[in-house]
Amino acid sequence: MLKAMHKTGLVFFPAFDWAIDPTHPEREERLLYTQDQVTEEGIFDIPGIIEYKPALATPKDIQRAQFCVPDEQTITTESHLISAGGAKVIADAVMGKEVQNGFALVRPPGHHSMRVSHGGRGFCHINIEAIMVEYIRTRYNVKRIAIIDTDCHHGDGTDNIFWHDPDVLFISMHQDGRTMFPGTGFPGELGGPNAKGSNLNIPLPPGTSTEGYLYVINNCVLPVLDEFKPDLVVNSAGQDNHYTDPLTNMNFCAQGYAQLTTLLKPDIAVLEGGYAIEGALPYVNLGIILAMAGIDYTGVVEPDYNPDKLKQSVSITDKIKKTVDQINSFWAQRLQLRDAAGTPGELQVRHREIYYDTDNIFERQKERVIICRDCGGSFEIDSRAMPGLHILGVHIPINACKTCIEKGYEFFESAPANTYDRIYLMDRPKDSYHTK
Amino acid sequence: MIIGLDVGGTHTDAVILSKNGIEKSVKVPTDPADLFNTVLSGFTQLLESIDPSQIRRVVISTTLTTNAIVQQTMEPVGMIVSAGPGIDPEFFRTGDHYYAVSGSINHRGREKAPVNEMQIQDIAGKLKDAGVEYVGVVSKFCVRNPSHEILIKRILNKYFKQVFLGHHVSGNLNFPRRIATTHLNAAVFALHKSFFEAVKKSLAEKGLTVPIQILKADGGTMSLEASMHFPGQTVLSGPAASIMGAIPYAPEGQDAIVLDIGGTTTDIAFLVDKAPLLEPVGIQRGRYKSLIRSLRTDSKGIGGDSALRVSDNVLSIGPDRQGPAMAFGGPLPTPTDALVVLGLMDTGDREKALAGIHTIAQGLGLSDEAAAEKVFKTCCTIILKKTFEMIDQINSQPVYTVHDFLEGYKLSPQKILLLGGPAPYFAKKIEDLYQIDTFAVPESAVANAIGAALARTTCEVSLNADTEQGIVTAHEEDFAEPISKTFSEDDLMETAYNLLREKAINSGADPENMDEVEVVEYQKFNIVRNFSPRGKIFRTKMQLKPGLIKGFEKMLHQRGNHAQSNA
Ligand SMILES: [Zn+2]
Ligand SMILES: [Zn+2]
Repeated sequence: MLKAMHKTGLVFFPAFDWAIDPTHPEREERLLYTQDQVTEEGIFDIPGIIEYKPALATPKDIQRAQFCVPDEQTITTESHLISAGGAKVIADAVMGKEVQNGFALVRPPGHHSMRVSHGGRGFCHINIEAIMVEYIRTRYNVKRIAIIDTDCHHGDGTDNIFWHDPDVLFISMHQDGRTMFPGTGFPGELGGPNAKGSNLNIPLPPGTSTEGYLYVINNCVLPVLDEFKPDLVVNSAGQDNHYTDPLTNMNFCAQGYAQLTTLLKPDIAVLEGGYAIEGALPYVNLGIILAMAGIDYTGVVEPDYNPDKLKQSVSITDKIKKTVDQINSFWAQRLQLRDAAGTPGELQVRHREIYYDTDNIFERQKERVIICRDCGGSFEIDSRAMPGLHILGVHIPINACKTCIEKGYEFFESAPANTYDRIYLMDRPKDSYHTK
Repeated sequence: MIIGLDVGGTHTDAVILSKNGIEKSVKVPTDPADLFNTVLSGFTQLLESIDPSQIRRVVISTTLTTNAIVQQTMEPVGMIVSAGPGIDPEFFRTGDHYYAVSGSINHRGREKAPVNEMQIQDIAGKLKDAGVEYVGVVSKFCVRNPSHEILIKRILNKYFKQVFLGHHVSGNLNFPRRIATTHLNAAVFALHKSFFEAVKKSLAEKGLTVPIQILKADGGTMSLEASMHFPGQTVLSGPAASIMGAIPYAPEGQDAIVLDIGGTTTDIAFLVDKAPLLEPVGIQRGRYKSLIRSLRTDSKGIGGDSALRVSDNVLSIGPDRQGPAMAFGGPLPTPTDALVVLGLMDTGDREKALAGIHTIAQGLGLSDEAAAEKVFKTCCTIILKKTFEMIDQINSQPVYTVHDFLEGYKLSPQKILLLGGPAPYFAKKIEDLYQIDTFAVPESAVANAIGAALARTTCEVSLNADTEQGIVTAHEEDFAEPISKTFSEDDLMETAYNLLREKAINSGADPENMDEVEVVEYQKFNIVRNFSPRGKIFRTKMQLKPGLIKGFEKMLHQRGNHAQSNA
């Protein structure tokens, strides 16, 4: 009898009446054929697969993860809030042990949205995984979380939000930033001085096939997870590595995605990108759902699948092996790297420039973080958007030490009101958010 | 005058209605082993001293197919399924004669792998050798493109009595349910056909020659001829008959709960502005899931004859029935005995009822009166708890658009309508306990037969228009037409309405009762490839809503005098 080996929760929210604009890849049609395939397969009738209705994320949920400028209402639509709310519903189902794991098939995606959000970047306005992860940490008191981003694009938003956080392991495997948006995610990008090695970026050469993806999972991601010992594994399940995706140049397939899911065993998967809506998504999503539920997926093969055509070259294989070796050695040295990154008590400054391709905004940031050995360290971000506002966001991490909490309030209170349009304080230990 | 006859598990009810009200009603015992004679004796008694030429309409609801499923007396059927990519079709096996074959159609209805005609020929031979006479053919995504099913049928036709195709079953997607439903239609076809041909012949001998309508699970009717293609649609028409019988008394513009309290179970359903809620996909009972349109009903194993027991100070009610209430000579105390003890019911032997309730009272350490009260209250609480769970479930049903998420309908019933024998006694108690306006439907003991008599013809069409591929289809209706790039929503709705009308007429609908058309679903998508628009996909489902035929509204509010004859 057909039955889920693992009880699996699904939120399916295709937002059939929402698009960035009518011909944009992020449009109404995107999950239409996925819905057709999943419905025709009778997925929601399978004992052990439970469909949940999404909920609306609240401004409070977003304020745990991001500084929205000028505020949450201005830069989101209901669709963004339902998408983030859908991830939250799955988190509740998994954390409440109603299901063993869950998959939020929602749109729009979120992984390009950063700590400070002035609007849309890479089709993302708010970061749905980060909002979910911060919700889980506050509501369920979970300490160590790993986010594995398998979207073809560097998950630069999530990377940025957890940059200084040693308790959240963020691993992104993506097409090499030299060949694609957003142009970041190189092996040297390892997280902030207090959290070196808790962000791992694995660029893959164009043309990487199933063999390459599974090599990285088996030889890098799984061993690192074994050592990190997360309480929860989240997969940002982008599907744009597919060999037919119009925005990327990779050779991954439905069987590969399903196998990756079986290996990774995420507690929660959240859909990210994926724009081969007809030839890939119906099969990839079906494969992921079946893999999560522990149901045989060997029959889930794209009609035009031809493994011979998709084989990766020897030089690609070599490149991937070299990258994996490099990442593994960074990971092994992470504590030494943190020691070398700065002296406790010192303030470190970094400057960044961020371009919002979706909303055509240019942002300049100056970030100051306290070097701390006891926590992730409080930090402030001075951000000026053109067009847009000049703001200061102060973040006190959820596991902050006493000194860093005090320092966070000092940042906030001493910030000159006349310099900024808005000043925000995100106090994670108290789960509060202040604006002045 | 019109006739409704509903075969129930223990009794068969039949009524004759006129514009003036109930002209006559009869109740005969159901013989599950001989439903034909049960139906016949119902008609014989009903038509006594009635001029059959006065009868304009006959609707019959039976448990024939339901019994065949429960007793597994269905015909062996050959099933040929082609799945293409996806879940292994072996999981959906219906029996020994089940073959998964090559061939694949994708979600857009495009052929991805052809049918292997040699393979089909080979299977036809094997089925023939096994003595199989009826075959079902189902291909995945046949509702987008049925050409594989049609081709396979062409090969099989000459070998078998009848070949049933998946795309005729429903316009809904769901391959496993389509397999189960096609199989069911094929498996009960012979039984259904011989039964109703015999009924038709016997009624004709009695001078009753108006076309016979059959009640479906969705509370609508179809003509006897139409039912031959989809005999499976008659399963669970019993609960539908009762619910339809409550409609005349349902509040207008409000939501209502319908509870049909029977001997062993209570059926629960919902009305929104006098129209019953339907299952979103199709009938499901436990593991059995189908694409058969159905009222949204569920049942709880509690009724007037449920067995009462006490163990370790805890009262249990049902789910079994060991016979009638002790007040009526049964072996174990029941909720009916509690009603008798409480003085709510003045029929039956009060002494015997009291003796039964006394054993319960002792087990619970209560007075007889208090124990009876506890039984009664517990029954109400269990039934209502299940009802509220169903409402929560309906209101938490997933939605797929921002609009439905924000504006979607929330069911919030303000009235409870009770049916069945004990209904009048329960009404006040439920109202006291839950502060919801509750009343027993007049003539609730024959509401099922009234529901059958008054149910109008229902049907649904599903259309898919794809301007990139230049075609609008409703494969369930064997309809496909070319369209231009400028095909619009209005064009779609016009096409849908015409198809719906045609289907309704073919199912025996009276043109007077065809104005309750509802657009159940409408979606429009731009097809975009490489950043440029290629066309549009339009989808719609349109239905003739379940409801009552016109002309009998008034009489039902008067509780007319009529002859009641019991057999
Ligand atoms: Zn992407
Ligand atoms: Zn600190």
